[in-house]
Amino acid sequence: MMEVGLTHYLTVGAILFTLGIFAVMTRRNTVALLMGVELILNGANVNFVAFSRFVETSIDGHIMAAFVIVLAAAEAAVALAIVLAMFRNFGTVHVDSVDSLKQ
Amino acid sequence: MGDMVFYLFALMTVLSGFFVVFSKNIVHAGFSLMFTLFGVAGLFAMLGADFLAITQTMVYIGGVLVLVLFVVMMTRIPAQNLPKSSFNRKIPAGIFSVLIFAIVFKVIGGTEWNVLPVDAPEATISMIGQKLLTEFIFPFEYASIVLLLAMIGAAILIRERKIDDDEEVQS
Repeated sequence: MMEVGLTHYLTVGAILFTLGIFAVMTRRNTVALLMGVELILNGANVNFVAFSRFVETSIDGHIMAAFVIVLAAAEAAVALAIVLAMFRNFGTVHVDSVDSLKQ
Repeated sequence: MGDMVFYLFALMTVLSGFFVVFSKNIVHAGFSLMFTLFGVAGLFAMLGADFLAITQTMVYIGGVLVLVLFVVMMTRIPAQNLPKSSFNRKIPAGIFSVLIFAIVFKVIGGTEWNVLPVDAPEATISMIGQKLLTEFIFPFEYASIVLLLAMIGAAILIRERKIDDDEEVQS
């Protein structure tokens, strides 16, 4: 078995990213969709830190990953507030049933 | 030894990630998201990013995940009330995802990465603090404004409207 290096971490990041893409495309519950977005952001973060460790000698990748975490927290707060407002107005969190603009 | 720990964390991350995506029960998906996030925190620790591992645990598991589980519990609806979609999304989405993964995996395997033989840094917190207050001072302040705006926006979105307020909106 080869020694664990950059490619192993990149592969884990790619798997997380792909799972997130699949969740965003198939899930119809808004909260599950947000979980898919979190998976995508985490996959990207693993890549940032892995490149910062193996390819780049500076620590800039860590700072980028920290900003991604900050923005993910802000995004989750606003999106979950929207989900709660949607539940109060429509009585559901299913993405296909919120289509008043279409009618 | 270190490789074994990596494979443990990677297996935990990927398996619980699959469970997040394919679990029918949204509460189960939320709880397995916790294991995914914890596995990613372990991978950060393996990469020598101690600050990020702690931040990931505190912000994601302590903050975002608790928020997600709260919303899951406040918005449960019976499954039979959901409108059935006639179009099966799983097959095109699966093909698309596998295609993306195949392309990324080929790029990862086919590129000659310029890997430097450097050891992991010992403690990153002081370095990150110095960089944040010198080189990255503008994004740092900007992130604080974004967080403040997100907090105010979430509070405005979620507040209960008064009844006469609602009638005004409807008329």
